[in-house]
Amino acid sequence: MALLEVNHLQTSFFTDAGEVKAVNDVSFTLDRGKVLGIVGESGSGKSVTAYSIMQILAGTGKIIGGSVKLDGQELVGAGEKVMKNIRGNKISIIFQDPMTSLNPTYTIGKQLIEAIMLHTPRNKKQAKERAIEMLKLVNVNEPEKRMKQYPYEHSGGMRQRVMIAMALACEPDILIADEPTTALDVTIQAQILELMGQLQEELGMAIIMITHDLGVVAQMCDEVIVMYAGSICEQGTADEIFYNPRHEYTKGLMRSIPTADTAGHRLQPITGTPIDLLNMPEGCPFAPRCDNAMKICIHHRAERMQINDDHAAACWMNVKKGVEDGSIEIDSETATEGGDDLG
Amino acid sequence: MTLAEKKPLIEVKDLKEYFMINTGIFRSKPLKAVDGVSFSINKGETLGLVGESGCGKTTVGRTLLHLYKPTGGEIWYDGKQIKSKADIREFRKKATMVFQDPYSSLNPRMTVADIIGEPLDVHKLCASKSERQERILELMGYVGLNSEHAARYAHEFSGGQRQRIGIARSLAVNPDFIVCDEPVSALDVSIQAQVINMFDELQEKLGLTYLFIAHDLLVVRHISDRIAVMYLGKMVELAPANEIYDRPLHPYSKSLLSAVPVPDPKIARANQRIALTGDIPSPLNAPSGCPFRTRCKYATEACAESMPEFREVSTGHFVACHRIDEIND
Repeated sequence: MALLEVNHLQTSFFTDAGEVKAVNDVSFTLDRGKVLGIVGESGSGKSVTAYSIMQILAGTGKIIGGSVKLDGQELVGAGEKVMKNIRGNKISIIFQDPMTSLNPTYTIGKQLIEAIMLHTPRNKKQAKERAIEMLKLVNVNEPEKRMKQYPYEHSGGMRQRVMIAMALACEPDILIADEPTTALDVTIQAQILELMGQLQEELGMAIIMITHDLGVVAQMCDEVIVMYAGSICEQGTADEIFYNPRHEYTKGLMRSIPTADTAGHRLQPITGTPIDLLNMPEGCPFAPRCDNAMKICIHHRAERMQINDDHAAACWMNVKKGVEDGSIEIDSETATEGGDDLG
Repeated sequence: MTLAEKKPLIEVKDLKEYFMINTGIFRSKPLKAVDGVSFSINKGETLGLVGESGCGKTTVGRTLLHLYKPTGGEIWYDGKQIKSKADIREFRKKATMVFQDPYSSLNPRMTVADIIGEPLDVHKLCASKSERQERILELMGYVGLNSEHAARYAHEFSGGQRQRIGIARSLAVNPDFIVCDEPVSALDVSIQAQVINMFDELQEKLGLTYLFIAHDLLVVRHISDRIAVMYLGKMVELAPANEIYDRPLHPYSKSLLSAVPVPDPKIARANQRIALTGDIPSPLNAPSGCPFRTRCKYATEACAESMPEFREVSTGHFVACHRIDEIND
């Protein structure tokens, strides 16, 4: 059984301007000891997916459908009492901005001890020992001295280490890292990523890595989910996603990154602007920006299609390809709607 | 990219920018944000400037445009030193800036037309209202905005479009030189490529020269002809873009470049990172001698004694390291 099973998760924000479907029918599983990457641009729903799992949505946000099962236990609708026990103990989260995730008015030590005492039956002395042990684990030098210092006395990389120490203090099964290195310099990013990889191996936890940086994904992740406008457009193993992308958005993303070969040439950007979640098109959300959009893409959303055992994508191009090489047969209704596009 | 003419448009000699920081009631101490940096940028060329936060790269850009008064050193533009107030005023018609944050660098109470038109008013570049309006529309055309956008406010635009407005504003005075301070860092990957292409196109069309400051090393390699690496207020290496990526010589450049996550799983897994331990020291307590020595595995006593000279080791490749010959065998 998978450690975490997310099925048809739907989360919406109810704003004055209307309902924003931030997460729309997201399903995936996560096994013990695996690193799952969720990539997408701002507003794609990658963070909201994570917040929905933890049930730490802002006031206007609500899970309106689907299920989240941890070790077989249903979390959606389980109630705050159950979730309090899950958060920190079973699933921990670290946020993007280590500058604002710590309380500036308390020492690092006080914040660590508070978190440990809240989640484990340790007394203050034991909690302090555990805090020092955790700081050592994340390579903070002179942990005893650091415990007495305030967040402002630490650099960004050091604060992110403290956040990781806090998140791992109760040995969670899953660590959700929401853009953990975006605010850091590359050399510090390399240190933090290496640390996370090392801890993941030592402690055998699973990691959900939310990022917009495909480089971080390539380095860290076993499996990858690509999100656009609240939906999963493609998911599979890292190798499949990078070397055999089968959704036009993923292909566009890969093409638009500068590499050694692009110097002196134009990049191939994705045209247009990101989608307005309040005015979602009826068909594929990426169709308005897609160079290869067909008639059917404008009106109908492609269903998720299994490309091979390790790879699935929701793009009409795959259906078209399948029809052309004879591996897929489509029903007459789809054929009529697809018109000439699908052959 | 056009072939850069071999004539320097911008020359910076031993530029210094110290900020006085209060350390006690009657005590203060200089924070050496930029400490003796020299470089030149040829006409039509893009010089990339990289380094970690706090290394002084933004301060170099700002001091270069006299947004901060330089503590020391000389700035030459087109063969003329910029010194007096009149010089600076003239210089600002030729050199402008694009800022990092497209959200805070545009006045929310001004329309797009007024934001772009403000430099025209400041420098009195348009004789009549209709000329001003025409020029604004021309500038908006350069950056791919429609005339219907002119009467709108900045909050109505996405990050990428706001950055276009900022670029149109920087082009208003018809500059030769633009300091681009992290212009694409705040943008999504898919939008980033659009804006990078626009910088390239504008350079070709208008013959612009760029100082391109960024921390994203993949972006910098793509756009730059030459790249300079800064560390703690000093320049440690300067070389043609491909050369610095293929053959970095300074130990700091080596670890900086190896730390860049490559968007290719097989290469990323095989990549041997040259890990740096610790954090960048505070510029208030910069180490003696070579600023990098506290994190450098090759550091010796000599490194603590004197700052290594920034010297040319091969054509156009400058490095400041005492042990350059020993560690690069």
